Amino acid sequence: MSTTPATAVPRVVYRRPELLTERSTHYCPGCGHGVVHRLVAEVLGELGLGPRTIAVAPVGCAVFAYDYLALDFVEAPHGRAPAVATGIRRVRPDAFVLTYQGDGDLAAIGTAEIVHAAARGERITAVFVNNGIYGMTGGQMAPTTLLGQRTTSSPAGREAASAGYPLHITEMLALLPGVAYAARGSLVDPAWIGRTKAFLKRACEAQLEGTGFAIVEVLASCPVGWAMTPRDSLAFLRERMMAEFPPGLLIDRGRSAVSDRPED
Amino acid sequence: MTKRRRVLMKGNEAIAEAAIRASCDAYFGYPITPQAELFEWMARRMPEEGRVFVQAESELGAINMALGAAATGARVLVSSSGPGISLMGEAMSYLAGSELPVVVVDVMRGGPGLGSIGPSQSDYLLATKGHGHGDYRVPVLAPSSIAEAMELVATAFELAERYRTPVFILADGILGQAMEPVEQRYRDPPRSEAPWAVGGAAGRPPRVVRSLHLEPEALEAHNERLQAKYREIAGGEVRWAGERLDDADLAIVAYGTAARVARTAVARARAEGLRPGLFRPITLWPFPERELAEVASRVRGVLVVELSAGQMLEDVRLAVEGRLPVAFHGRTGGMVPTPDGVIDALRRLEARVRPAWTLPLVEAAALDRRPDPDTFSLFGDDAWRPLETTPRGER
Repeated sequence: MSTTPATAVPRVVYRRPELLTERSTHYCPGCGHGVVHRLVAEVLGELGLGPRTIAVAPVGCAVFAYDYLALDFVEAPHGRAPAVATGIRRVRPDAFVLTYQGDGDLAAIGTAEIVHAAARGERITAVFVNNGIYGMTGGQMAPTTLLGQRTTSSPAGREAASAGYPLHITEMLALLPGVAYAARGSLVDPAWIGRTKAFLKRACEAQLEGTGFAIVEVLASCPVGWAMTPRDSLAFLRERMMAEFPPGLLIDRGRSAVSDRPED
Repeated sequence: MTKRRRVLMKGNEAIAEAAIRASCDAYFGYPITPQAELFEWMARRMPEEGRVFVQAESELGAINMALGAAATGARVLVSSSGPGISLMGEAMSYLAGSELPVVVVDVMRGGPGLGSIGPSQSDYLLATKGHGHGDYRVPVLAPSSIAEAMELVATAFELAERYRTPVFILADGILGQAMEPVEQRYRDPPRSEAPWAVGGAAGRPPRVVRSLHLEPEALEAHNERLQAKYREIAGGEVRWAGERLDDADLAIVAYGTAARVARTAVARARAEGLRPGLFRPITLWPFPERELAEVASRVRGVLVVELSAGQMLEDVRLAVEGRLPVAFHGRTGGMVPTPDGVIDALRRLEARVRPAWTLPLVEAAALDRRPDPDTFSLFGDDAWRPLETTPRGER
């Protein structure tokens, strides 16, 4: 048995990123937003972008992102973050512009805004948290809700006949020539969280390179909205969500050779 | 001082150029009649000046782009007409709640629904009584000529920045589409400080531009601050103009294009022996209610003329407080009241309010009335002279 030498220097293995405030979040137990906030804070910090970032907060659970990220923020009306970001982008070409939206915000009410910001190739980095549900209003069906998934507005499970199919909006956006970068990450386990961070970093670099619009979708669980334990919600995320929405790189037009596809 | 050269300008284009000369940084728009020339002028001129023009995917997109740009402290203009302005209602509420300065030009057309593309004043209630949700007010400026519209663009930017509020310019299809000779008189108001604007939290604490205040106490405090601001605007920013009111015994209340028609009617009615004057609100909110009440105390009847079914009429009645008869003459759907129609309404009002001892002058005068000239001019002969305005604060 050895004991720690008295001269050992403490090594920091984990710390709060500078761009994350000390305030504890209002998010429910098991919610993914806190993890995504941390990834955003880490990436912006590592790229030294904090002082010139103007971020746009959505309507939904993450509206309070400005309480947890030490960045200049503008709060957008529901779904309009890409339009708000476009206005910021055009009058502040020197700024780094980041949007943060959920799936109800981005993929339902804000579909026109996200599609056209992407089509214009706005130099914006969009963080899109997809948990398949309207969390803040109590767990209603979202455009990304899986077939058969029960929500408070699809109590018998989502039926294609009346409610249509889950919307794969990131794949749709990846088709547009204005989109420089599109990827889908997941918070299902530490390995995927690490890949998601790499996606986010690359999406920020795309904006700095001026190649166009960049989006990272992040699959996240909503245990309270899904009426599951956090552990069950991670199993649902892996087995169901990731089957419907396969994570990975979708497009990186800024790089001729796609080399960082994590799962291949 | 040498007289400036007068040039013939279309209202939409004059408003656009006035915004450019007022150092407007960014314009966001979407095509809609009858304001399309404003949008097209900006598409050509803003890039020439190295400024921002974006054709948005919708009016929702345009006004939210304006919200983002304004949050950085930029001077921003958007424009549209009824159906597009309706879509902007959502963001107008957010702009008011977030206290962001954006100037919105509404070149009004006939409604409801898709309505028509003809001139109208059917958005008065929308603009003055709350376009979106929540307790808020928006200053509304109503030009009556193209020259005045150019001046009010600069005023609108001033008010927007001084009070951190969206500001409406309420024009109509005639003001937008007509051409008038105007002097190239532009004004570039100095910018207000914007210590609230976002731009990256470098060397200072982060700033947040928002309208959400989830704690009831906090939201009430925010609302009280907004209401105090609105009281300040109502106290100091009322604008109106009067013509021939000194000896008038009837007052016509009209704004914008309707005031142009009313002015012609006043001149002709006086030739017939009636004695009307014209009270013309320039700020529709704040409405010049005390000023109108004062005028109303000196006349026997009030006639409201609008290109609507009677929207400003409600504010006039509130100002007059039932002390004397308030009549209404309006046309809708893109139809415009004629001076003859206004005179007929004046005559009916005169008959209603005439003191019993008065000689029947009106009937006698009516017999002398000449028919309309063959070359009918909508505004009448003297209509191109810009109306005199009352400076800010003066009552």
